[in-house]
Amino acid sequence: MTVPVNLRHDETFVLNLGPQHPATHGVLRVKLTMDGEYIVKAEPVLGYVHRMHEKMAEAGTFAQFMPNTARMDYLHALAFNHGWALVVEKAAGIEVPERAEYIRVITVELNRIASHLLWWAAFLLDLGGFTPLLYAFDDREKIIDLLERVTGSRLTYCYMRFGGVCNDIDDEFISGTRAFIKRLRSRMPRLYHDLVTHNIILIKRIKDIGIVSKEQCRRYGATGPVCRGSGINYDIRKNEPYSVYPEFDFDVPVFDECDSMARYMVRMHEMEQSLRIIEQALDKLPDGPVMGKAPKMLKPEAGYYYSAVETARGSFGHRLVCDGGKNPYKVKLRSPTFSNLSLFGEVAEGMLLADALAFMGSLDLVIPEIDR
Amino acid sequence: MDILEETRVRLAELFSETSTVETPVADETGQEEVAPRKPGVMVLDSARTGAHLDVLCSPDQVVDVAQIMDGNGFFLEAISGVDWIDKQQLEVIYDYTRQDEQNCRVMTRTFISRTEPALPTLTGVFPAADWHERETFDFYGVHFQNHPNLIRILLPEDADFHPLLKDFMP
Repeated sequence: MTVPVNLRHDETFVLNLGPQHPATHGVLRVKLTMDGEYIVKAEPVLGYVHRMHEKMAEAGTFAQFMPNTARMDYLHALAFNHGWALVVEKAAGIEVPERAEYIRVITVELNRIASHLLWWAAFLLDLGGFTPLLYAFDDREKIIDLLERVTGSRLTYCYMRFGGVCNDIDDEFISGTRAFIKRLRSRMPRLYHDLVTHNIILIKRIKDIGIVSKEQCRRYGATGPVCRGSGINYDIRKNEPYSVYPEFDFDVPVFDECDSMARYMVRMHEMEQSLRIIEQALDKLPDGPVMGKAPKMLKPEAGYYYSAVETARGSFGHRLVCDGGKNPYKVKLRSPTFSNLSLFGEVAEGMLLADALAFMGSLDLVIPEIDR
Repeated sequence: MDILEETRVRLAELFSETSTVETPVADETGQEEVAPRKPGVMVLDSARTGAHLDVLCSPDQVVDVAQIMDGNGFFLEAISGVDWIDKQQLEVIYDYTRQDEQNCRVMTRTFISRTEPALPTLTGVFPAADWHERETFDFYGVHFQNHPNLIRILLPEDADFHPLLKDFMP
């Protein structure tokens, strides 16, 4: 026999969202204190896929840590490869041939589009739309095939090396990428924007929902599309240029509305900007080697090094401390979603549960990257 | 005055007796750089190290530094611990940067005892510090005084070890 639960009108109850919940896309748990349908307090509980990458970094050589980087943010793994390569190259003073940097940028940007497409698919799935997932996965598959061709893997890449990349790209990759650019551009207006972005159901679900102010972004250290959806023009590719990004003409989409719709629009526009970068990089692609001179065993000078890259989710930084040995003495992995999620508790207060889930989706969480 | 200079001057005021700005030390032996130096502000070669300013402060100054950074529009990017087991010291590095076109990275470092590591919390200045400090507590056992919720964040709640200490054996 079930006993009816009688709550007093001012009584709250605790609701566990996750760790196994489809809306959290991975093993994130949120302890919610609820007053009916409204959230009184939201407390993310992390660590369910914690693997202690920082200790693994200290246990191996610099090169041995490269495969680990792809296992944090598995959706934009090449940017994590790139970040680690850049910080070690900075510390060890390794020169990278220009062609290698161009190839890095092309593959990283392709990977960024794949990441945004998967976010788009999963986000709409959270909101109850199944069909968009099929379109997005159709396009994403093309990118993954292209990347598989040059990197040898489909998701957790280990493509970059200190001093370059391990494989050159071939004509088939270049023509395939050009065909993909054309294809995505032709599908974007009708399948993505007409069908979804302008859809009244989507607009009602995410417009004016999940307001993250400019000041909140700064106080919590939010970066990436989260801060660019709040009117902060902050993109490491522009603000702190690295690699060959200064050679390309592209815009940083910034929206001032601060809501989930703004973050949605930032990512949609970023895909087009990534296409522009890839197009220019293919046009200007220089000839030459794809691997520079790098010693087999790296022993960077003792000291403190920092390097950040712009991933699909924001600023990913390495604080590297070297003691002159062949292993990193300390690697701190500053992952963007860790900071982006930390403002969830403050923003979700007072929200309806269903809105909070839409807001959580708009943050684009990748749990293995938070938990590291 | 650009933001780098402005921040440097503001920070240097904290170190009134030792306010001399040191130029970057070229480290040949490698050990020179990591050895404790005089507290103060040092301008770094950002192309080489990725940071513009290196602030070495005493543990009780970290909140003052954070307030200056907050007042100058910086945000707290990360907190990292480093275990210098040979010197029986822990180092805590706070990385600050800005979200506008004036790119300036400030690295704040402080050394604490390895046996009873404790630091004042920054949660009163930056809410971002909440999770970063919990992580540093989790991995290194640094006790952040007056932190509102200093519990494990990534490791299981019943863990009784701090895995990033160099003498930790699984």
